[in-house]
Amino acid sequence: MMDVRTTQALLYLDGVSVSFDGFRALNNLSLVMDPGEMRAIIGPNGAGKTTMMDVITGKTRPDEGDVMFQGRHDLTALDESAIATLGIGRKFQKPTVFESHTVEDNLLLALDGERGVIGNLLHRLSGAERDRLDEILSIVKLKDRREELAANLSHGQKQWLEIGMLLAQDPALLLVDEPVAGMTDAETAETAELLRRINETHSVVVVEHDMTFVRDLGVKVTVLHEGSVLAEGSLDQVSANERVVEVYLGR
Amino acid sequence: MTRRPILPGLIGGQGAALVAILVGLALLVPALNLLVPPSSPFHVPTHFVVLFGKWLTYALLAVSLDLVWGYCGILSLGHGAFFALGGYAMGMYLMRQIGPRGVYAHPVLPDFMVFLNWTELPVAWWGFQFFPYAMLMVFLVPGLLAFALGWFAFRSRVTGVYLSIITQAMTYALLLGFFRNNFGFGGNNGLTDFKDILGFSIQAPGTRAALFALSALALAGSFLIARAIVTSKLGKVLIAIRDAESRTRFLGYRVEHYKLFVFVVSAMMAGLAGALYVPQVGIINPSEFSPANSIEAVIWVAVGGRGTLTGAALGAVLVNAAKSWFTGALPEYWLFALGGLFILTTLLLPKGIVGTIAEHWPKPRRRDAERVPPLSAAPQPAE
Ligand SMILES: Nc1ncnc2c1ncn2[C@@H]1O[C@H](COP(=O)(O)OP(=O)(O)OP(=O)(O)O)[C@@H](O)[C@H]1O
Ligand SMILES: [Mg+2]
Repeated sequence: MMDVRTTQALLYLDGVSVSFDGFRALNNLSLVMDPGEMRAIIGPNGAGKTTMMDVITGKTRPDEGDVMFQGRHDLTALDESAIATLGIGRKFQKPTVFESHTVEDNLLLALDGERGVIGNLLHRLSGAERDRLDEILSIVKLKDRREELAANLSHGQKQWLEIGMLLAQDPALLLVDEPVAGMTDAETAETAELLRRINETHSVVVVEHDMTFVRDLGVKVTVLHEGSVLAEGSLDQVSANERVVEVYLGR
Repeated sequence: MTRRPILPGLIGGQGAALVAILVGLALLVPALNLLVPPSSPFHVPTHFVVLFGKWLTYALLAVSLDLVWGYCGILSLGHGAFFALGGYAMGMYLMRQIGPRGVYAHPVLPDFMVFLNWTELPVAWWGFQFFPYAMLMVFLVPGLLAFALGWFAFRSRVTGVYLSIITQAMTYALLLGFFRNNFGFGGNNGLTDFKDILGFSIQAPGTRAALFALSALALAGSFLIARAIVTSKLGKVLIAIRDAESRTRFLGYRVEHYKLFVFVVSAMMAGLAGALYVPQVGIINPSEFSPANSIEAVIWVAVGGRGTLTGAALGAVLVNAAKSWFTGALPEYWLFALGGLFILTTLLLPKGIVGTIAEHWPKPRRRDAERVPPLSAAPQPAE
């Protein structure tokens, strides 16, 4: 039974626990994602959503539990760069771009391809890479700002640049932490549309507090609370769940 | 649309100017020293040739330091050790060239070994009578030390002030080691009384002029290598590491490999600088390992402009010119002046001289493949 699951699931978390100085940020968390799926993760502040992404991307080692990717890779045994190379990309809650690089160079650095020292010393931008950069720049609507330092972008634009970096990285699985924080309603709707398009060819995990946005995505929702899964289902189903209502109203 | 604050072509233009000036100096200064009669106002006296040559080796040390600090955020407080090790490798060659002309006239052993009643040449000294071997060691010894230190430190993710302390401890440990007679490198007297290099008398004006020219060319060459590194995609990765190390990892880059690469290249450049320094000043002793030397090099880079290779070179020359003047006029105040300079730079010119000029230069060109991004105000840790 378990074997079947681990080989079929793209991402498989089982019994994952993480403690910080005795505080359990993740508590026996289990979660399974199918290939090609988009999953929304919601939950109150401090529920452990970001910590879950930290565990998947190798930033934090779990105290207990299994984290498997594509049924073959034990992510708890790998470091950040190895996991990124396997095909897991991440957008951070606080947009994290390379501020002293231009928009275009941020995308170039993320672009799927050479990661070795000597290879990059000798790297020349190929026509295909240039086309790909142009394409991503238009997708994230930063074409006319390509030469701008990332430091000069607005908060929302940084969010989009970071999503663009994810596109450039072209990972099998995208982890997107609060992509619409600081965006206008129109931008939020566009981001939902963009993520749905990305999901046509990639698996995506989205953490978000904005319920309109989560509704726009129209995907299965997992509710985290105190480090474990409280409910799972469509947004309507979980909103009707008494314990979920309690958790959100109780705060 | 706000403009990027730095003229992208400027670095390239500055770089070309620096290389042209250095090549010009390599030709002009020896000519003015050797060919123009001393009575002429255009004559450059030999002691100036030596002094300028020494500054050029400091400039090379500064460029090597800027490569790791300015572009990869590794604040090495031990670069003087790599410089000194290159210097010792050259000094050992020069010692072995003395041969039987030493005070004790021993055919093989340098004077200090005879004085210590040693009868055999220590293994570490074998092969140093051959110039190519000594040159290899000039690069290999600093390179290997940097590799060993970097291997452990970068893999264990030692960064920031902890890394600085480790590098400072490294140079201090070497200082203590080289002070000891039984370490085998001349104890506190170091290596001196050199006679000739490749058969040319080390005191001869022609040799001095040639060493000056070589220092200028070595600086130009190393500058071009450093620039090739920082303007490549590898250089962009280095800057990404400097500004957001953890973020770079999440893109799949092995940060420790990048740091190790640039640290080793930088250490070898510093070694070359030391090797050119020693025959010009005629001595190498353990004081070259003193922590203050490494810190002084950091100040040169900060004054000239961290993250601008031309600035690093310029800073080294300017600060040392000031030092020469001070040690003549007000010797006891030099350290205060140096400290004051550092504080003033930090407060008033945080980007250094060249960084500040670049920032206020008019409108940038549209596209320039050689553009190097400026330092951001503060590093951005990935959350
Ligand atoms: N490195 C850390 N050290 C100590 N405590 C931590 C650390 N990282 C997270 N925590 C704690 O773990 C809990 C879960 O944090 P996490 O960031 O995963 O929550 P979250 O669900 O992402 O919340 P938010 O919606 O506010 O982003 C919080 O109480 C947080 O304070
Ligand atoms: Mg969070």
